[in-house]
Amino acid sequence: MAIFAMSLDLLIGYTGLVSLGHAAFFGLAGYLLAFAAPEFQPANLWTSLFLTMMFCAIFASVIGFITLRTSGIYFIMVTLAISQMLYFFIHDSKVAGGSDGVYIYMRPDATFFGWKPFDLENISDFYYFTLTLLVLTYCFLRALVRSVFGRVLSGIRLNESRMNSLGYPTFRYKVICFVFSGTLAGVAGYLSAAQFGVVNPDMLGWHMSGNVLVMVILGGMGTLLGPAMGAFILLLLELIFQTLPSIGGVNLSKHWHLFMGGAIVLVALFLPAGVAGLIRGKSQTRQPIDD
Amino acid sequence: MIEPILIARKLVHSFGGLTAVNNVSIDCRVGEIHALIGPNGAGKTTLINLLSGDLQVNAGNILFEGNEITGLKSYQISQRGIARSYQKSNIFLMFTAFENCRLAAQSRLPHSMHFFLNPDTCSAVNEVAHAALATAGLSGRIDTIAGALSHGERRQLEVAMTLATVPKLLLLDEPLAGMGADESTRMVELLRKLSANHSILVVEHDVDAIFAMADVLTVMVNGMVLASGSPDSIRSDPKVQSAYFGVSGV
Ligand SMILES: Nc1ncnc2c1ncn2[C@@H]1O[C@H](COP(=O)(O)OP(=O)(O)OP(=O)(O)O)[C@@H](O)[C@H]1O
Ligand SMILES: [Mg+2]
Repeated sequence: MAIFAMSLDLLIGYTGLVSLGHAAFFGLAGYLLAFAAPEFQPANLWTSLFLTMMFCAIFASVIGFITLRTSGIYFIMVTLAISQMLYFFIHDSKVAGGSDGVYIYMRPDATFFGWKPFDLENISDFYYFTLTLLVLTYCFLRALVRSVFGRVLSGIRLNESRMNSLGYPTFRYKVICFVFSGTLAGVAGYLSAAQFGVVNPDMLGWHMSGNVLVMVILGGMGTLLGPAMGAFILLLLELIFQTLPSIGGVNLSKHWHLFMGGAIVLVALFLPAGVAGLIRGKSQTRQPIDD
Repeated sequence: MIEPILIARKLVHSFGGLTAVNNVSIDCRVGEIHALIGPNGAGKTTLINLLSGDLQVNAGNILFEGNEITGLKSYQISQRGIARSYQKSNIFLMFTAFENCRLAAQSRLPHSMHFFLNPDTCSAVNEVAHAALATAGLSGRIDTIAGALSHGERRQLEVAMTLATVPKLLLLDEPLAGMGADESTRMVELLRKLSANHSILVVEHDVDAIFAMADVLTVMVNGMVLASGSPDSIRSDPKVQSAYFGVSGV
């Protein structure tokens, strides 16, 4: 989930592209793993992960090429529409198991040319493997946003037309950013599917897209670590609110969505820079944008 | 006389029913400051937008260094060597002055995408950015957030950013607007110095500044060129006097 949130942060926090269809890549990757795995037999980790990433990258470049012709609220709408199309396509198609989804009976097999460094069926191995990928993703994105390329993305977020007149083909930059982001969301979806052993259409619906958006906002846009923390915090809050006791005959845990919403509103009101902004302290006040 | 670096012929651009630029032709040469003047709403900014590719022409064509650039996107035109500044300061307010210029300078890196190249280690880019700031007179303010610069300094930064893209032709939309007298004088000196090896097209309202720097003047009124020529010929042109200077009392 943290990888998923960081991948969206690249899009929103650095490039200023608010997508409501990011779960499409997440869910798609899950389905790809499900199809790559023959029944009752594990898929090879390396080839299936690689193929999933490649496929997500190609898919993202096509989607990006179409959606990035729009901007602002239209971009939000188009990404939402495309991911919903995918949702209903998978929901209503027989091959993909319809609304029940598909089970993945065995986690991917890490055998690499006959050598098996770890076993993902083992819970701690899986944990460390995921953690490694999380750290790798973080390092990759950190280097990316600090690079010349990353500076251009920030420039595009702040003032795209100015970047154009400085000589940057901004459309191309945005598409490439979209591909990076979609591919990493794919990695996250792959891991999630491998962990839970099941994929269903909800993985790519707008609900999931909204969830990850909340993680990014909760954690702090444009901070990478923030959205990663946002993912943990959201899941933690969900857990806490779902286990609330009954008070005075009212089962509070049943209404956990209410508390969740309240918590999000509070963060949006009092922590506009997210949790990461809280940690960084008040030293970085927002620059007023005037002209 | 040397060949023009930019030749624009019969440019037309309409906003709905309003023809903001109507059959305008203009030449720019290296070593020359070409001033574009005219009352508010004359179409000066629109003309700059056409030359820079921010807007597309409805008719007419533009040659730069002998090549057709009509219809190119603004980033392509920028890469050919035409830089522009904006009438309303259009800088990255959250970045430092230096970062603004570095962003401009790194657009000239030979390959367009550098995913992992740390800009701090890119000495050529940093040098260009520093040089552009120094030329524009902002050496003392490199680490200041652009949003904290004074109005005049923002105008200077705007010019520094155009210089950081190492252009041949500068399109400057009212670089003196809102500047104090001293700042204005320094900017005029800077433009004169730059004109030695650049071609400059500058939009300006201040009559004193115009006659202090321009080698050629074009007067626009209602989207059309009213007159074009040397400062002296423009000053004595009766059409110009009644249509434009008559109002401002020169
Ligand atoms: N984006 C636009 N949409 C519609 N009309 C526009 C637009 N931009 C400019 N115009 C109109 O085109 C005409 C020319 O505008 P332009 O900005 O080119 O004038 P200008 O000579 O730069 O004036 P100023 O000295 O005030 O900067 C004006 O009548 C203006 O209202
Ligand atoms: Mg104007």
